[in-house]
Parts: sequence; C-alpha cells; structure tokens
Amino acid sequence: MSARETILKAVAMNKPELNDLPDIDLSLTIQYPDLIQQFTGMVEAAGGKAYYENSRQDLLNDIAEVKAEGKFMINLLEDSNDNEWANLKASELEALDTCYLQAELGVAENGAMWISEKQMANRLMPFICQHLVIVLNPGDLVNNMHEAYRQIDATANGFGVFIAGPSKTADIEQNLVIGAHGARSLRVYLIDSVDS
Amino acid sequence: MSVKQHAEAAQEFIRDEARTDWHDETLWFVRHKRDKAVNTLPEWEILRDWASRIKNHTLSNLDHYLRSFEEKAASNGIIIHWASDAEDHNRIVHKIIADNKIERIVKSKSMLTEECHLNEYLQNKGIQILDTDLGEYIVQLRKESPSHIVLPAIHLKRQDVSETFHEHLNTEKGNYDPQYLAGSARHHLRERFIESDLAITGVNFAIAESGSFVVCTNEGNADMGVHSAGIHIACMGIEKLIPKTEHLGIFLRLLARSATGQPITTYSSHFHKPRPGQQMHVVIVDNGRSRQLGRADFRNSLKCIRCAACFNTCPVYRRSGGHSYHSTVAGPIGSILNPNLDMKANSDLPFASTLCGSCSNVCPVKIDIHDQLWKWRQVIVANGYVDKGKKAGMQGMAWVLSNPQIYRLSGKIGRWIMRTFPFMLNNSLNVWYKQREMPRAPEKSFRDWFKENK
Repeated sequence: MSARETILKAVAMNKPELNDLPDIDLSLTIQYPDLIQQFTGMVEAAGGKAYYENSRQDLLNDIAEVKAEGKFMINLLEDSNDNEWANLKASELEALDTCYLQAELGVAENGAMWISEKQMANRLMPFICQHLVIVLNPGDLVNNMHEAYRQIDATANGFGVFIAGPSKTADIEQNLVIGAHGARSLRVYLIDSVDS
Repeated sequence: MSVKQHAEAAQEFIRDEARTDWHDETLWFVRHKRDKAVNTLPEWEILRDWASRIKNHTLSNLDHYLRSFEEKAASNGIIIHWASDAEDHNRIVHKIIADNKIERIVKSKSMLTEECHLNEYLQNKGIQILDTDLGEYIVQLRKESPSHIVLPAIHLKRQDVSETFHEHLNTEKGNYDPQYLAGSARHHLRERFIESDLAITGVNFAIAESGSFVVCTNEGNADMGVHSAGIHIACMGIEKLIPKTEHLGIFLRLLARSATGQPITTYSSHFHKPRPGQQMHVVIVDNGRSRQLGRADFRNSLKCIRCAACFNTCPVYRRSGGHSYHSTVAGPIGSILNPNLDMKANSDLPFASTLCGSCSNVCPVKIDIHDQLWKWRQVIVANGYVDKGKKAGMQGMAWVLSNPQIYRLSGKIGRWIMRTFPFMLNNSLNVWYKQREMPRAPEKSFRDWFKENK
C-alpha cells in the first residue's frame, strides 16, 4: 500500500465523529471609527511610514528624489510591463533599490496590505528591493482580516501576499532589527487614485 | 548517546542563576507583548472558540480535506508527495534534490524538517542545507538545535551571537550591536538566496478548498528563497489543513498575536500555483499524527498552530530552557506531542510541568494542554515508563494515605524528627531541600488541635 493510502486509511479509521463548523458571525468582529487613522497607526507601529495628507505630492517628491540619486528603481505604478519584469531573475533584481507598486487592499487592524502577483509583476519584487513603496486607495481599506478575505480573491493569481511593515527580526535577544532579509524600509502613500 | 532527562538537563541550565533569570524575563516579556496585543481585540475569546471548532471539525473530516487539498493543488500544478514517517519525508526531499542535480539549497523555518532531522539526513549524503531564518542560522552555525519553535536562538545572548559570527562570518570581534550582527547575516545570506537552486519551506496553513498554502515570516527569508530558486519544496504535517480560505482570517489574527504580540507577521505569503518554469512540491507528512488522531484524550493536540504562546507563559520552560526537553518541539505542547512519537524516550516530559494551567489559558486554539499533561502521566505510569524510585515513593505514599492510623503515626514521627533531628531532612539526599528551606514542623496536627478546640 502506498504512503498515501496508508495515511488516508489511518486518518479515516482514527478520526472522531464529525464535529460541525462554527457559524461565523462577522458582526462580532472589531470595527474602527476611523479606518485611516487606525491603519496608518498600525503601519507605523510595524516600522513603516504612512503618508496621507499631501500624499500625492509626497509621492512625486519621493520618486523624484530616488531618481535623482540615480539608484535602480522600478515604478510599477506607471509601468507595469508584466512580461519584461516577470522574467527578471534574482541576480538581475539584486541591485533593485526602490520598488513602487499599488496594493489592492489595506487592513486597518494590523496595517497589512494585499498585493497579488499581478500587482508585483515579479514575485521577488516586494522582497528583494531595499525599499518598498506601496500606494493604496483609502477606499480600499477594510476593518479586519475577515473583511479582507471577503474582498480579495486569493486564488485569482498564482501568488499573493499580505505585507505589514518592512522585514524585521528579533532573533538576537529580542532586540527589534528592521531589515532582516526583505525590504529595509516601507513607505505607504494613501492616494485616492494614481491616474487622476 | 544517552539523552539527559528534563530534570537533569534543567539542573545544568539553572546553574548560571543570572542567565536563568534573564531567560525567564525575556520570555515573560514576549508573553506580556502577547497580552497587550490580545487586549486590543474585544472578540479574542470568540476567535479562539471559532479557531478551536474549525480545527476540531477539520480533524473529524481530515481524510476528506486531505483528498480535496491534494486534488486542487495538483490541478494548480503543484506536485504532491505523501510521507508516512520522517524517513519517507527525507527520502522524498532527497530524491527531488538528486533528480534535479541540485547543489545550492536554502531553507526557511520548518519545525517539521527539524522533527524529521532532514539536515542531518542530507548531510550524511554530502548535501548541505542553509537555514536562513536568523535564529536558525545562528544555531546552525553553532551546531545546536533550536530551543524554541518561534525564537530558535532565545537561549543565546548577543555576546554568543557576536562570537559565532566572528568565527564564521568574520565580523568585528566584540561588536555586540544586534543591528550590526543582523546586518552582517543579511549581507551574507543575500548572496546565498540569489544563487540558490532549491528552497525548502514549512507550511503554516494549507487550504483544502483551493489547494493553496500560506507561509508566515517576519524576515522575508521564505520568499527570498522560493522566488529566487527554480524549485520550491514545502513540507507540512497532515494537521496543517483548514477547510476554507476565509478561515485564514481567524487564524492569521490569532497566530502572530499569540506568538510575538504582533497583530500579523510582516509577510503572509499565499502560494496557489508555481510561477512559469518553477517546480512546486508539497510533501504531506504523517509521522505519528494519524496515531495521535486515534487517541481520544490527546487528539486535539493536533489543533496546534505552533505559536509557542504556551512556551512563553510556562514557568518550567522559562526556567529550564528549550534544550532540556531534548525534542524539536519543547515546552508544554511538545510535552504532549512527543510521548506520541516515542513514549519511552519522552516519558519524562509530561512531568516537566507544575500543571498550573497557564498554557491552556493562552492557547489560541484551546488545546487542554495541562489536562493532557496530567493524562499522559497516567498513560506513562501504566506503561511502566516511570523510574523505580518515583514508583516506589508513590506506592508508599498511597499506602500511607489510605491507612488513617498509619498516616497519623507517620505524621507524628515526621514532626518529631523535623524538630529534634532537622539535619536528617535538611541535607542533600532530600530533593525537597534543594534550593528551599524545609517548613517549620508544628507541635501537633490539625486533627489534634481540632479535637481540643472544637
């Protein structure tokens, strides 16, 4: 008998009587009076920086500054040429300094943002860059993770990720160090719509 | 090689009192962060209840959910493997490596691969795996095992890390700055990510309805590895399944808050299909889990989502250190999981507890951990895996306690000895005298006092 059959047979034999799934009443979960305030607070608590007022101008300045420094940047807000970016290898993205991309949704309870493969163009993009810049429409904010999963389609693409803050570790004596293996910083711009 | 029992290993651990206090306080600090995060959510207890019932439901229909996951994942282009035990698991991973002639392998944190001793297995075949979670990287360099499932290097101080990195990465001697040390590891490991051919990860949650799986990290090491390499192998126990994507909402809200006090991990990565040209494998491992499923008293230990909240709250774990548990999963949850894997070898673990119940109170999926610790003790004694001294002592005690006259007489003698010849008890032969004073013996028993004063 194959391992598969052995395991499935043992599980079927040893499992208890069927227990029902609970009824999940989302009205019992937390709602915030001010989504933007809660969300930006959580982004900052996670080690990121959030921009709301004047954010459109701030973003333009941000891009201009990085451009002026002459660093390797990829701006997926303007140019999401999927095929070109999708095929880049780790060795070609290694030098990426700053990446700009749009998130699909933001979660007020924890500052996490959903980015699907479509928005990142290349799965490595939000991880391998030194600095990650995310633009989010404040209209795409939800209260909590339950609402988030109602809104996104996690299976629409091959990969997707919730990102909350820059990469971090506390593995040395519980001291928080920002910038473990992923992005060393995260800037979030809440902007109604990039095109307008 | 004989493995030290928990009490014996713990005795060595606590020899350095200042360090023991530091370990205790550091973990209590994590527990405190957990409390702060939990208290921001009025619905916390409701979430625990939902999570517990979803896991109970899943376990009660697990064969169905495993089949569903397999079918959906396969239709998404993921290659599924089944492993009955650790040996099977290691063989499967090795075959993928050998078939693809892979040399450079990175691994993110996976307690299952630790449980199966994958690194050693591959090392014996001349294949080197690089652990990339910072804590795991540190302990790997030191040829140690993780002492905590979430914080693998929590037993080490920054000086230890600094010395290890100086030796292996040639960092500055005497530089104890965590920022500098972590930065050096980042720099060194980045090259290894870029050039890796194969990446191994664990699985936090596998979703039956979609065939996708979720991996949570703070460092981004899992993603750096799998998106760079041409092959991704994800290893999961059969108990990692949840029925629906929407259930992730509940579990992701519970996991990081319970583990570190964060509202969510930095990265919660959802893998649904391999990217074009990539191979994605999932190895589904039993290794004793189906047997545990059949133990009515212990099956709900399989609900565990590996947050380690029970470690951080446990007064015994905090003051004995993870290595004293001589197992991959230490702490209270390890003490109820490990006897299932090897009852004789782990017969000491259910006794490494005060049964205070704090573990059960913080468990996000409501495992009755302290009840199971107590129940394992019965099973272990019934199977004869308890040491002779303890057994004789317990039998003697039972005899005394069930004979009122003998009980009264021994009380009298005991009090007399404690008053007259205290050195007979206040010596190193008496384990109750270690690190504490014996109580002062009263003149008479409560019974005698009551008879006189009623």
